[in-house]
Amino acid sequence: MKRLFRFLALTVAVILGGCGKPDFSDAEKKTIASLMLSALPQLKPDTTNRFADVPAAAALGSTLFFDLGMSRDGTVSCSTCHKIDRQFQDDLPQAVGVGRTNRRTMPLAGVARDPWFFWDGRRDSLWAQALTPLENPLEQAGNRAAYAHYIKARFGERYERIFGPLPDFSGIPLNASPLGTDAEKSAWNTMSDPQRDAINRVYANIGKAIAAFERSIEPSQTRFDRFALDLVTGAEPKEDAAFSREEILGLKLFIGKANCVTCHNGPRFTDNGFHNTGVPPVADLPPDRGRVDAVAQVEADPFNCFGAYRDGDVSACGELRFMVKDAPQLVRAYKTPSLRGAATRAPYMHAGQFSSLDEVVAHYAKPAPSVEGTSEIHPLELSDRERAALVAFLKTLAE
Amino acid sequence: MRSIRQNVVCRRGTGLASLWRYLLAGLGLAALLVGVLAVVYLTAPQSAQPVGPDVSRTKNTDNGLFVASFAPERGVVRQGELESWLLTLKTKAGAPVEGAAISISGGMPQHNHGLPTSPQATDYLGDGRYRIEGVKFTMGGWWQLHFAISASAGSDTVLFNVVL
Repeated sequence: MKRLFRFLALTVAVILGGCGKPDFSDAEKKTIASLMLSALPQLKPDTTNRFADVPAAAALGSTLFFDLGMSRDGTVSCSTCHKIDRQFQDDLPQAVGVGRTNRRTMPLAGVARDPWFFWDGRRDSLWAQALTPLENPLEQAGNRAAYAHYIKARFGERYERIFGPLPDFSGIPLNASPLGTDAEKSAWNTMSDPQRDAINRVYANIGKAIAAFERSIEPSQTRFDRFALDLVTGAEPKEDAAFSREEILGLKLFIGKANCVTCHNGPRFTDNGFHNTGVPPVADLPPDRGRVDAVAQVEADPFNCFGAYRDGDVSACGELRFMVKDAPQLVRAYKTPSLRGAATRAPYMHAGQFSSLDEVVAHYAKPAPSVEGTSEIHPLELSDRERAALVAFLKTLAE
Repeated sequence: MRSIRQNVVCRRGTGLASLWRYLLAGLGLAALLVGVLAVVYLTAPQSAQPVGPDVSRTKNTDNGLFVASFAPERGVVRQGELESWLLTLKTKAGAPVEGAAISISGGMPQHNHGLPTSPQATDYLGDGRYRIEGVKFTMGGWWQLHFAISASAGSDTVLFNVVL
């Protein structure tokens, strides 16, 4: 009788103990391990930017990043939209610089690991990306000749210590750019080829300095990473590393039935690819076809990897060389965003279409067909409880 | 009169008996069907379950013109990275196929999309080996790479499945 009682007590203890411990299969554990921040490899050198890991370049880049002088009217800097205390984004559905743009500001954690930049990948390096808002009339609205003059006047000495002598500015118009106003374009056309090249070089170096700074912006550890580390090492999760039943269900759905991990994979929760997920357009914005229209833009960019301003050899240009240029899958395809920190940076999608994670999960559960092209999303059967669990799990990536 | 009645009764009796007979026969047939189905189901579970794609790295091309092998150049497949693979083409007799023009397409059949990159045959390394650069698998799952091969011996196609 005593023995039977002991056996029953043991059984109860095992069952209760089992309740507290999450039950994951080996395959699930393997997937979870692949998502942990500690699985993130070391940042690779960027051979296209030989200043990428030069501290003085990063320091100058940081100055420029926060400098309102880096705009047409002295009111906008990179940090206007990429706010340092807001994961380097701005919480707005569409970014507002000098004017209102048509896209959501992207956060910057881990940005140096991206193969493509912007929601549609219309730039192929971090330094080429950094140059684009500087001349966009809706963002910083400046022009490259004016930026070069500004660098010489404000940061000439710092610039020359990093990049070598500034060019001869005599005869260089105060405002000139191949992309600017009509006056700026005609001023650009009056310049000689060596003058244009000299200004482009200073301009590229501005991007390379800003990129050097942005390489330091990396994702930080979250509750999920602490939970995952304990799970894969077999340790007892302590304090906030322990997941609630709802969070565990959410994680299981994320890597299982809900198929989120198909695209949101790896330690940054992104496949760095472009997908049409049937996200609806915003009514009052200009037509937006995503990746399919970005292909020509990145090919035409003089600062792309094949261009004259790349450092290092052409072997670094594989992404551009083997880019998909013409395929139906590119229509309204947008970059898979990282989900780290996503829970605390609504709104979501490339033009801030969804104001909460609940709306995002609801969209994926019942995807509408894409207005153009074909959505890759399969409909999901998710109960209310399962949707809430997915959101609960996503929050662990932002705590 | 009596005989007629008997006859009627008799007939009625025969009618009932045949109904039972039909019922029994029906039940017997149903049981046989269940038995046959059970035997089929139990003895052939492999064919009744979904089979994973054929992931062999060496195959005869679709019309049997070549023997093709497809393998990552560095031996391992790493998700999310641009990689080089080697496509080795031999004739059925084992001679290397030289000077082949190769075009590559593919995608993920379960996800309604093509490849995230445009891989190309960039180099001939001799001995029937062609370097295929720009291969990138961005997600786990079932990928397909389709090769259209054109050489002096003729044109043929081959499909390789890669499951990550």
